[in-house]
Amino acid sequence: MTRFRGTLVHVVLGLAVLLSLFPFYWTVVMATNTTRDVFADPPTFIPGTHLIDNVNTVLANVDLLAPLVNTILVASATTALVLFLDTLAAFTFAKYEFPGRRVMFGLLLGLFMVPAQLSLIPQFVIMSELGWVGSLKALVIPAAANAFGIFWMRQYIIGAVPDELLEAARLDGAGFFRIYWSVVLPIVRPGLAFLGIYTFIAAWNDYVWPLIVLLDPNKVTLQVALSQLNVGQRQDYSVLMAGALIGIVPLIAVFTLFARGFVSDATKGAIRG
Amino acid sequence: MIRPRTAGAGTGRAGRRGVLRYWPQYLAISPFYLLFTVFMLFPVLFSLYLSFQRWDGLGEMTFVGLQQYRFLIEDATFWLSLRNTLLIWVMNTVPMLFFALVLASLLSAAKRFKGFYQVALFIPNITSVVAIAIFFGAVFSNQYGLVNLGLDAIGLPTVPWLSHPWAIKVVIATLMTWQWTGYNALIYYAGMQAIPGEIYEAARLDGAGPVRTFFSVTVPLLRPIILFTVVISTITGMQSFTEPQVLFGNNNAVNPNSGGPGQAGLTMVLYFYRTAFNNNDYGYGAAIAWAVFLVVMAFTILNWRLVSRRADK
Repeated sequence: MTRFRGTLVHVVLGLAVLLSLFPFYWTVVMATNTTRDVFADPPTFIPGTHLIDNVNTVLANVDLLAPLVNTILVASATTALVLFLDTLAAFTFAKYEFPGRRVMFGLLLGLFMVPAQLSLIPQFVIMSELGWVGSLKALVIPAAANAFGIFWMRQYIIGAVPDELLEAARLDGAGFFRIYWSVVLPIVRPGLAFLGIYTFIAAWNDYVWPLIVLLDPNKVTLQVALSQLNVGQRQDYSVLMAGALIGIVPLIAVFTLFARGFVSDATKGAIRG
Repeated sequence: MIRPRTAGAGTGRAGRRGVLRYWPQYLAISPFYLLFTVFMLFPVLFSLYLSFQRWDGLGEMTFVGLQQYRFLIEDATFWLSLRNTLLIWVMNTVPMLFFALVLASLLSAAKRFKGFYQVALFIPNITSVVAIAIFFGAVFSNQYGLVNLGLDAIGLPTVPWLSHPWAIKVVIATLMTWQWTGYNALIYYAGMQAIPGEIYEAARLDGAGPVRTFFSVTVPLLRPIILFTVVISTITGMQSFTEPQVLFGNNNAVNPNSGGPGQAGLTMVLYFYRTAFNNNDYGYGAAIAWAVFLVVMAFTILNWRLVSRRADK
């Protein structure tokens, strides 16, 4: 009975994993066959040999390489800025007393509640005034620091950085920014890894704001370029899926490299709060 | 907690010069608050102002008082988008949270492969919505989609997934369920790890089976976490946009029925986007954005109360 139950657990979990991963497998199948093979009766269920053809057809229709470069630039710049600025603010909130500290931190928590679409129109107007419409700056600068990262890193720093160490550094004559750079940043590296992956993924997948602010079709991010593939009721699914594959693969690769620690960090936040 | 050396510890009160001593701290937190003021606080206030104006973004702004809101109350399309959003949200959230609870308790019971299961279940959540919406569009395609091929193969009638009003909602809700079930399951799983083993031991000694234990021990003890997931899924689900936008396109010139045939997939945020950025009706767009905000707030509070009250019994 117990053994039967143990097997059942893995059967159901295995089924859930299959459902989770099936779209990736089927995307590969469609992207590596011709549309005719995929829709044949009976259809192909195994990867084929037409990937290069399909990718070439996609690239002839929509340029995905420039958007790929744009996306890598935006996601990397945003991640670097968020890591530096959020951790600096988090360190300050975690370890220093200064007038107005409670009010400022309370304000930060309240910001989780503000929904994005309320600020979209004015943000677009601001970008027009600044002349940033169509520029990648419009994506990176507003995202350079955020409430979630400060909150999360503050929790991390409280647990990971002992006060005595900061005190010792101060007695050695290190100033505030020196302590941050030489003492705190090296210690919190595991926390930075989580926040970094999280920010990179969010920036990579961001869609609404790039769609609004990047008006020049020749200068967009990968997600916006991909959505343009779908316009016009195109029925050539193999070509579409080759495009989708380009949008998914780099991110999944980054994720699986760092996955173990990331998943537990991402879900721990919920039960702690 | 550390105070800058020069500030007398324990005095508590600092004059203007005292405040200046904290300049490194203020400098350290200033980038966030600067960005926040320019790109969030000011925009939110400005959008409130805009909702009382008529403006196309280029010409003169005209003050119209409550006219945009009065129009909104009588705008059948807005009410349709509200109805669509709520239906899609229910069709997504109920199965999603149920399956998440089941998967989480199975994950707790499993002895091997836990790490693999967790990573595999989390992957849908980090996948680009655009790419996965393209995938769903292909798989649920009316004529050649894999789903209809499968239905046909086992002798069932095919379904016009991307043109029937209910089927459209099923496809969008399924997409969201696929993307978020694993995420919620892992949150529940993390919560279950915090439940002490003795409680389960006691339930077992009392003769409770796994199903009984699940409903009488696990679910009540997970209450705060279930509340958290309901709130998160209310906030995100009520603001769904990308799924219908990519599935059915947003280009008004090509497709006047954005949100699919009969606008069955037109969500509130998609309607907002169309009004503001396709039709350049900034005043009305701002009014819709505030209406969405109020609806999301109202449902978050409602769900909060429902879940906490039910758990109290």
